[in-house]
Amino acid sequence: MKIYGVALLAACFLMGKLLGRLLGHLINIDSDIGGVGFAMFLLMTSSIYLRKKKWLVLETEKGIWFWSSMYIPIIVAMTSTLNVKAALSGGFLAIILGISATAVCMLMVPLLSKIGRGKSIDSPKK
Amino acid sequence: MEIINTIIGKNGLVFAFLCVGIIMLFSSWVSKYITNKKIPGVAIAIIIGLSLAFLGDEKGISNIPLFAGMALLGGPMLRDFAVVATAMSADLSKIRQAGLAGLVSLLIGVFISFTMGVLIGLSMGYTNIESLTTIGAGACTYIVGPVTGTAIGASSDVIAISVATGVVKTIFATIGTPLIAQKIKLDNPHAAIVFGGLVGTTSGVVAGLAATDEELVPYGALTSTFYTGIGCLLCPSLFYVILRFLNI
Repeated sequence: MKIYGVALLAACFLMGKLLGRLLGHLINIDSDIGGVGFAMFLLMTSSIYLRKKKWLVLETEKGIWFWSSMYIPIIVAMTSTLNVKAALSGGFLAIILGISATAVCMLMVPLLSKIGRGKSIDSPKK
Repeated sequence: MEIINTIIGKNGLVFAFLCVGIIMLFSSWVSKYITNKKIPGVAIAIIIGLSLAFLGDEKGISNIPLFAGMALLGGPMLRDFAVVATAMSADLSKIRQAGLAGLVSLLIGVFISFTMGVLIGLSMGYTNIESLTTIGAGACTYIVGPVTGTAIGASSDVIAISVATGVVKTIFATIGTPLIAQKIKLDNPHAAIVFGGLVGTTSGVVAGLAATDEELVPYGALTSTFYTGIGCLLCPSLFYVILRFLNI
């Protein structure tokens, strides 16, 4: 049943969020550190394990794939609820800084991508 | 008209599904027939989303009661839920290979954004350490800014600027990523992991990657989700102390 997949996703999601909160609590900040990241790891490892055990059937997986495919529509809805007016009313400083900080970080991508690539076969698929 | 308003008011989320469906349909049509598939439909849909946000105020279009459901569909709960689901298509071995690069890019990403914030803040006449730290934190994400500002007691107008900076960053990452992707060789999981760590603003990273290449989304999301936490950890503590040390 598809709901098994959705429930597995929900379990990983909540566990991840819990771990993120606990980590935040541990270093004394009131925020979630990498909750989504932990949840993603949990989902990846648990689906690999369950597939090996032959418990993860296609029908169950479909419940997860549905939410994975809803991701883009959700992002579109999210962008329509951003506070774009604040971005502009924050003034010159906010606009210049927001753009330049992002651009500089983007330009660092090729440089940092070299880390950890040397030893294995470096073959971009596309 | 009253009846329609009540129906939509009571079923906001369902109406949001319909709205986003129409936006997606329209943008893939525009992509196919008007831009000859040169601009991906997702990118067009995201730009439509952003322009719709201008119709409202601090919550974008969802400030209009009719479209309140958009806040639910696009809110952090469903967004994170769907982002986690994309992990199903991620390759664990590729993540393992890029682990170190991801960690380094997270630290460097927070550091660069913070430093740029301090330098640009200085050049625009801010000399107060608390203000500079808050502006630097705002250059990380729109959450790190107010968290830091509140923690070290910055003034509310500076906190507002830091939030605005973070929002500009999200919007610029959303629009800029597909445009710059080829130049920075953002076409493989390894680069996406580094990209997520460097840019950091989760909503901007995932929206930008979605508009570039859907397959890269889980990799960028994975690292960027740690960014805000690391920013909240470093900015009001280590970075603040370093700034105080440098200036006094």
